[in-house]
Amino acid sequence: MSDNVIVRVVVKMLAPFILLFALYVQLHGDYGPGGGFQAGVIFATGFIVYAIVFGVRRTIQALPFAAVTAMASLGLALYATVGFVALGLGGAFLDYGALDSRDPVHGQHVGIVLIELGVGVTVAGVLTAVFYTFAERRRR
Amino acid sequence: MSLVQHLPALQVAVPLLAAPLCAMMVRPRIAWLFATLAAWATFAVSLAIFHRVLDRGLILYEMGGWAPPLGIGHAVDPLNALLLVLVSGMAAIVMPAARPGVGVEVAPRAQRLFFTLALLALTGMLGIAITGDAFNLYVFLEVSSLASYALVATGADRRATTAAFNYLVQGTIGAMFILIGIGLIYMMTGTLNMADMAVRLREARDTAPVQAALAFIVVGAGIKFAVFPAHVWMPNAYTYAPSLVSAFFGATATKVGAYILIRFIFNVFGVDFAFGEMRIGWALIPLGLAGAFVGSLVAIWQDDLKRMLAYSSVAQVGYIAAAIGYANRDGLIAAIVHVFNHGLMKGALFLVMACVILRLGKADMRSFRGLGRRMPVTMGCFVVAGLSMIGVPFTVGFISKWYLVVGALDAGLWPVAALVVLSSLLAIVYIWRVVETAYFREADGPRTREAPAMLLAPTLLLTVLCVAFGVATEFTVGVAGSAADMLGVLP
Repeated sequence: MSDNVIVRVVVKMLAPFILLFALYVQLHGDYGPGGGFQAGVIFATGFIVYAIVFGVRRTIQALPFAAVTAMASLGLALYATVGFVALGLGGAFLDYGALDSRDPVHGQHVGIVLIELGVGVTVAGVLTAVFYTFAERRRR
Repeated sequence: MSLVQHLPALQVAVPLLAAPLCAMMVRPRIAWLFATLAAWATFAVSLAIFHRVLDRGLILYEMGGWAPPLGIGHAVDPLNALLLVLVSGMAAIVMPAARPGVGVEVAPRAQRLFFTLALLALTGMLGIAITGDAFNLYVFLEVSSLASYALVATGADRRATTAAFNYLVQGTIGAMFILIGIGLIYMMTGTLNMADMAVRLREARDTAPVQAALAFIVVGAGIKFAVFPAHVWMPNAYTYAPSLVSAFFGATATKVGAYILIRFIFNVFGVDFAFGEMRIGWALIPLGLAGAFVGSLVAIWQDDLKRMLAYSSVAQVGYIAAAIGYANRDGLIAAIVHVFNHGLMKGALFLVMACVILRLGKADMRSFRGLGRRMPVTMGCFVVAGLSMIGVPFTVGFISKWYLVVGALDAGLWPVAALVVLSSLLAIVYIWRVVETAYFREADGPRTREAPAMLLAPTLLLTVLCVAFGVATEFTVGVAGSAADMLGVLP
């Protein structure tokens, strides 16, 4: 599709905003509609639409396969780590209230933001990895 | 709160955190070392939980500090404590053996993530076993299943991919059936906590949705559990998967399905409803026995010994299903004990296959010729575990068969008892074929020696356990007995 000028220009302009919107959905998820999974999907969409128009090779230069799989593991690791930190601070596993001993409500807030960040990073990584794997299939 | 109280959370959280960390380790040797340590830590946690459960009965844990039924809780009683020990113990035994095996049997492209997948499968199975929440159980079922499909596909044989795909389709159907069943119960009770479900179902159980829910869950768990005729995914999956994966899954994956069946039938629906009104015994006993005969008969004609063991699993799973169908205390003891015992012997037998494949490249009848002299320890393990499979006294297999027969007699089903004994005779045929080939046929293959100690030691350990738990039976039978008492069946 890279020969279509309109598509190229629009996608080039749109891609950064898709990523920005993903961050909005991610970080605003505790007040409005959204959250980690949705944000992760939107974030991956930004890269996928770029890859469809400009080719997978250029996308992989920007976001290498190793980085994508690292994202997939880092998100899950962040999630589990929050659980262990809550455990270490004297709460139950994943008890965000324990994250802030003076203000448990604030602790809950911190916890859910971190957990959702973990979900978002993993979902973005896995979806991009799935796309890369299928797009790269013929070359191997 | 001390750490001891958090053991139920750690049981799942340790392998869950270890899996992504393992994925980031680029060098396979370090990933293997890390995965092994994680498996050992998980095993230690399950032993501690087991000890605590024997001390004080039921253990409850509130995830994130939210009390059930609204929050998700973990609940451990003797039944799942034993399963936790089996699953994490098999992981702890098989994981060290993976180092020499992976290089030969796992496709090169998959070696890097092999240990991550194994840890995820372990996480899922432990999660299924420990959770007290029905929807949580489904989520963990998917975690373990997805990792399992991928693990089967890591086999170096190209047919592993199609086997994994078949497993994926049938496994997904099974998981969907379980999800539909859970959904129907949720519709009628408005709760997902299993203990709460059990209480509320007492009033709602004469309704069509609950009856349908029972049917869906029995069929779904039956597929996961590979009860005949829903066993079709298993032979290919276990044949083409790496032997270590077959050893781990042969010992644990179907057992988790059996656990789901027992937990839902006896705890959530209750014996009266499931066996008195819905009469699922009339489905489980005939299908279980049919599986025992079909599995053993097909196993006799197999040339590939991994496939033979897979069909033998179909037969053994049949015994477990039939034993659940008796709906009496001895039957339930037989089912629970056989879940544990069959795990030990099938694990040992598949590890023997791993040893043979490592040295000879494949495990068909031809490569077993004269193997008794060339790999004496490995073949010794095969003979002992094989005797256990038949049900010879002083092995774990005998204990299972004993309770299977006693349970059938208690239920007044003496033809069933006769059929159990008769089908055990078929096991003699398929085990003897191999023994005869290994000891009485001249070797014509390449010269070979024993497998490396790292693979041989776990094989030997499982074989010893097959005998140890066959002699010291009070451990397994005692725990199964207290589990059966807790599940509320009549003696």
